[in-house]
Amino acid sequence: MGNIVHFENVGLRYGTGPETLSDVSFTLAAGGFYFLTGASGAGKTSLLKLLYLAQRPTRGAVRLFGEDAGSLPRARLPGFRRRIGVVFQDFRLLPQLSAYDNVALPLRVAGVRESEIEAPVLEMLAWVGLSARVTARPPTLSGGEQQRIAIARAVIARPEILVADEPTGNVDPDMADRLLHLFEALNRLGTTIVVATHDLHLISRIPRAQLMRVEKGRLVDPSGLLRHPPGAP
Amino acid sequence: MNGFRQRAAIDLRLLGDGQRSWVMAGIMAIMLFLTVLSGALGLGVARSAGGIDRQLAGQLTVQLVEPDAGVRDARAKALVAGIARVPGVTRVREADRAELAVLLKPWLGDAGLDPDLPMPVLIDVAASPDAAAQVTAAARRIARDARVDSSARWLSPVRGLLSTLGWVAIGLVLVIAAATAGVALLVARAGLDTHRDTIDVLHMLGSTDLQVARLLQRRIARDTLLGGAIGTLAALALVALFQAKLALTGSEILGGATLAPVDWTLLVLLPIGFALLATVATRMTVLHTLGLRL
Repeated sequence: MGNIVHFENVGLRYGTGPETLSDVSFTLAAGGFYFLTGASGAGKTSLLKLLYLAQRPTRGAVRLFGEDAGSLPRARLPGFRRRIGVVFQDFRLLPQLSAYDNVALPLRVAGVRESEIEAPVLEMLAWVGLSARVTARPPTLSGGEQQRIAIARAVIARPEILVADEPTGNVDPDMADRLLHLFEALNRLGTTIVVATHDLHLISRIPRAQLMRVEKGRLVDPSGLLRHPPGAP
Repeated sequence: MNGFRQRAAIDLRLLGDGQRSWVMAGIMAIMLFLTVLSGALGLGVARSAGGIDRQLAGQLTVQLVEPDAGVRDARAKALVAGIARVPGVTRVREADRAELAVLLKPWLGDAGLDPDLPMPVLIDVAASPDAAAQVTAAARRIARDARVDSSARWLSPVRGLLSTLGWVAIGLVLVIAAATAGVALLVARAGLDTHRDTIDVLHMLGSTDLQVARLLQRRIARDTLLGGAIGTLAALALVALFQAKLALTGSEILGGATLAPVDWTLLVLLPIGFALLATVATRMTVLHTLGLRL
């Protein structure tokens, strides 16, 4: 298995503030399953933002799909982003669109024909248990339902990397298990999964997954808790 | 086709704020109302000026002042005959004494009818514009003191006024076009701010800047066309009313301002032109603004 992500001495700073991430180095193998843990404010979301190209590093090197993501010209970013599915912590669903249209959005952005969109979208909505809410708009959905729509949107285009920020934070344990099965199924198909979570139960459900822990902006393993720590170069 | 329509509807829903849309359409209605009126003025004035040019280009008046009636009549006959031989001359006619008396009545009263009162000879000449110089030369050869006046010279202040009005109308259309581009630019910038969350999500899902620009372009083009059509229809109704009033004046100059079918077509095409202008302005603004982001 080749490496799909490689961070080397990466630092991230917002504006003129202090570094949110410092000297972060790790490598993710294509097809791997990774959990990212750490206290609130430790830098998990910042690290994920670098992964899904919402931020560029202020120092160090971020390589995605074998290319230096830090120096990618703007015109090439969309092509890279289409290879990454993201479940945002705050879902970021578009309230003016129905559940169906929200889930269909990545396919439409990628230029898939309308006739080829309906079947996979309905299938995905059925998978997350929302077949009955196809026409509902996000503001009329519960937090858990919105989260499931967000997950369906993230995986509909079969991304090479799936980045999920607390994807089971608002769903009941049964639905959490169901979503985890979905992630595993995707992982078996070759998608690299990176899940940021506090949920130890979730982490324990996938023993083969590797664990990354962020503490005060650095990847650490002070207590030896990291399971199969991702290899730093 | 169905898929295209469906996608276009979704694209418009992505930026769904109907109230702002109506404001934009309202502004464009006013802009196009003023533009069509200015355009109609410019085209009407151009038609009128063209009419004057066509009518007066070869219109000349030869004037001969001679107190001796015998000499005057002989020279007048020679002038009529000599000018008629000039190539390009289509009509030569000496105004008779009765006509002159009518023309001079406001100044001379009934004294103009006195056969002993010496009156100048006026010869009305119609010729091609190229022949004017040859008519003048021929008249001078026959009667050295004959004076040749071009009718266009007398109407040159009117022609100048019409020309100025035409340029003012063109200037107004250009100023309003620039203002329309400015409005499109401001609306596009406001749209980028208002829909920043939506645009961020689209970018994260892999949208290109061009795709985002198209969303705003379509919205602004639709609003411009809608508002423009309303403004254009209102302005065209007003222009049609003016045209009817002009026809009733019976004035040759004002009547010449009547718009031809091609002029009406140009006016009807104005909202489409403005929609294209607004689209281009929006596209450039969006691409430039997004290019400054990550």
